[in-house]
Amino acid sequence: MIQAIDYAAIAPVLIIAAAAVALLLADAFDVPKRFLGLGCAGALLAGLVAVIALAFGGPRATFCLPSGLRGDGPPSCSYVADDFALLFQVIVLAAAVIVVLMSFDEITASRLPAGEYYFLLLCALIGALTLVAARDLVLLIVALETLSLPVFALVALRRYDGRAGEAALKLFLISVISAAVMLFGISLVYGVTGAMHLDRVAAALARTPADLKPVAAVGVVMVIAGFAFKVAAVPFHFWAPDVYQGSPLPVAALLSVVSKAGGFAGLVITVAIGFPSYGHVWGPLLAVLAALTMTLGNVVALRQRHAVRLLAWSSVAQSGYMLAPLAVGARRLPDAVAATAAYVALYAVMNIGAFAVVAAVARRYARNFLTDYRGLARANPAAAAALAFFLVCLAGLPPGVMGLFAKIVVFRATVAGDVVWLAVVMAINTVIGLYYYLAWAVRLFAAPETEGPPLRTGWAVGAAIGAAAAGAVVLSVAPQLVVQTVSAIT
Amino acid sequence: MILLAMLAVPLAGALLLLVPGLRQNRLHGTVVSGITLILALAAALAFDHGNPRMQLEVDRAWAPAIGLRFHLGVDGISLPLVVLTALLTFLCFLYLLRHPAAGGASPALLTALLLVLEVGMLGTFVALDLVLFFVFFEVVLIPMYVVIAVWGGPGRRAAAYKFILYTLLGSGVLLVGLLLVGVNAGTLDMVELAARHGEGLSRGMQITAFLLIGLGLAVKAPMWPLHTWLPDAHTEAPTVGSVLLAGVLLKMGTYGLVRLALPLAPEGAEFWAPWLGLLAVIGIIYGALACLAQSDLKRMIAFSSVGHMGFVLLGIATLTPVGVNAALFGNIAHGLITGLLFFLAGAIKERYGTGDLDELGGGMLAKAPRLAAILTFACVASLGLPGLAGFWGEMLALLGAYQPGAGLPRETFVTFMVFGGLGAVLTAAYFLRMLAKITHGTPADGPVVAGVTRHEYAAWVPLITLTIVIGLWPKLILDLTSAPVRALLGGG
Repeated sequence: MIQAIDYAAIAPVLIIAAAAVALLLADAFDVPKRFLGLGCAGALLAGLVAVIALAFGGPRATFCLPSGLRGDGPPSCSYVADDFALLFQVIVLAAAVIVVLMSFDEITASRLPAGEYYFLLLCALIGALTLVAARDLVLLIVALETLSLPVFALVALRRYDGRAGEAALKLFLISVISAAVMLFGISLVYGVTGAMHLDRVAAALARTPADLKPVAAVGVVMVIAGFAFKVAAVPFHFWAPDVYQGSPLPVAALLSVVSKAGGFAGLVITVAIGFPSYGHVWGPLLAVLAALTMTLGNVVALRQRHAVRLLAWSSVAQSGYMLAPLAVGARRLPDAVAATAAYVALYAVMNIGAFAVVAAVARRYARNFLTDYRGLARANPAAAAALAFFLVCLAGLPPGVMGLFAKIVVFRATVAGDVVWLAVVMAINTVIGLYYYLAWAVRLFAAPETEGPPLRTGWAVGAAIGAAAAGAVVLSVAPQLVVQTVSAIT
Repeated sequence: MILLAMLAVPLAGALLLLVPGLRQNRLHGTVVSGITLILALAAALAFDHGNPRMQLEVDRAWAPAIGLRFHLGVDGISLPLVVLTALLTFLCFLYLLRHPAAGGASPALLTALLLVLEVGMLGTFVALDLVLFFVFFEVVLIPMYVVIAVWGGPGRRAAAYKFILYTLLGSGVLLVGLLLVGVNAGTLDMVELAARHGEGLSRGMQITAFLLIGLGLAVKAPMWPLHTWLPDAHTEAPTVGSVLLAGVLLKMGTYGLVRLALPLAPEGAEFWAPWLGLLAVIGIIYGALACLAQSDLKRMIAFSSVGHMGFVLLGIATLTPVGVNAALFGNIAHGLITGLLFFLAGAIKERYGTGDLDELGGGMLAKAPRLAAILTFACVASLGLPGLAGFWGEMLALLGAYQPGAGLPRETFVTFMVFGGLGAVLTAAYFLRMLAKITHGTPADGPVVAGVTRHEYAAWVPLITLTIVIGLWPKLILDLTSAPVRALLGGG
């Protein structure tokens, strides 16, 4: 049986895959690592161009069931490049460009092997790009593992550092467990429905016989639990702070933005396309998870003194906000999906920016405590202003209008789905969040303990900060760009 | 378009300060806020007084996906507040020319912050879309936080945090309430929602929505027992910060109650009105008693604000045109008089080096007769002497409580009226006590107190004049507000 493959649809993935192999080979022939980095960034930009080109055409689908096997069921394609997938691919690739820019200095400073580093990074991105376009359970879990496996190695690349090894091991164990749980859930869902393609799963779940309903429900919950690990939702969050702290900073940024965006895309695809008829099961479950995640993340973030750990806990809390719209269950689901997508997109810009500034400060203060940020406004006014802006965006207050709009769309979807209590929990949480974001921002402008020389960022990290800041400013002036885009995807 | 220009000018003024060359220009803030004031006055002139509808509207689609429109407009309810805001900001800049705020940070930063603050305040009063209103409502937080945290008194950091965390909690709850109404009614347009009078929203929904919106705005107003951020913030803030905080920011809360909570959820309003009235009266009495116990001038004025806003809230709680008109009148009067009082408190602190009533000693009338005379005037106006602006808001609020709206328990409100009246007497008591303490008596030996400067006159005379004009001719405001208020309350 021969399948026709739409190569245009998978062009972004192919470009990145080809680049990954090319970079590995180039490293073997001793190409200088500067060129490797530039090549990597170039490949990402090429992928970005491909995605944007695809966005102008209609939605494309490939790896579909041949018509002979399809019967009278839905088309059942495994890989779909629709507006949703393309939006997330843009998020993933754009964030990855920033990550690569941050990596230039990190590779030199931490003596990382450049060829392997870029190869692993691109491999992880192949997983992320496929994950957001996957529409069947097998491809979803394969893509999820493709996203996870290279990251273990990336985290451990600082071989001389014990914390890196510990972080990698922790991430590995938790990831394996979550994959096992998810596979078990998938097997239950498959047992009940006899289908792997999400559109078929949805149709079969809607007419499950009564005696199989509990089995299906357990399967649904286990699949969701698998994704909850990926997005670091409470109670599956505890790996995040240690792993973020132990990994090289660009990898931490990758985990908190790219990997998380992929996880959310997978979660949204699965529940919205595959399990809509079990909204009464996963809706309340996600509501409780969201409330716990944002509350615990924010409360623990209050006590952090280490910049990366603070960002880790804050990104746990932000996961809670992203989960919240999905708490509506099957009620007004398109609105909820749009809200989550909008939040992920806006969060990616502001969080990657914060990581970029932290990476710049790490050049001088390797331990990266919050106290090291005192007086940054004098040592490097541009970086301090950018970080302050990102933090205000994360807190969701004007002038960080993009953060405010992210909150508004999430609140709106939650309220529209009649989960008012969760919206009130969120309102309280924004106050807790504001405290630590603001305290950090205030430190930047406080007088430094010792007057140091100006802090230089280097061109690559400077470009990373500049790009993220430009994105944040544009989206703060015109937040409707994202709000309108996400409404088109559903 | 006038309204759009009125928002764009201060915003552009603030952004221009990013250009290094313009930062040295001392007149920048005065000029920009002066243009804004002219635009606000132009809006007042272009306003058709006989028309109770929204005027000078700007209505553009912004983010159609969530039904968000960029919709601005003024009516008789918002117009006085718009003019008050532009006026107070301009006067603050005039005052700053000669009396820069103490603190090491750059004056250009203060100018930029105050201009952004002005955008937020004006925007809140002219926004006609729920989400747009909320955005402007939030714009004021960070600038005011920085103003307090950088130029404030010794306890500024704690006070600034308390201010921003408290009010953000309020606005979070407010957002939930606004979206609850917006999503269930299917529109975010305030004009349309007001015209519907809660039609299409179930009673339970209205009760929840009013609670959420009301709580959110009550923090800002502030209503007892949610007022505890206010005394600290007012006391620690620099003079211009206190003036704008008391003069305008508090009004955003009560304005929101009138503009949003009453018309959007009328059944919820009826349900909660007795509770609102009760808390308002407690606020009046509590504010007055707290004032009697204060030894710091600024802190005393801050607590007096709690009492005065209590009258405003009581007026709103009656749900009658009389009461709501009283509330809107009280808003303006309080903005003028308390703005003036905080200017005076700042001037006294600048001259004496302290705001402590005991340390100030007596005899100001002998030492600085003009300053003491203006202070006496402001205090007498604030305690509600007939013929001055402070009188009408309180008297009408009590009158409204005597005859509350249909469906409200009359006995309860008459009791509120009695206690409110008692509070008015207590208000007189603490202001007179303060005057007796610092203006009368024999002057202690000490440095010579400087006379009132030209810039101080420039900032204060408009406020004094308006206090007298509005006090003698209350129709100036009441004529504007009464028609739209009747429409808001569903009286056609």
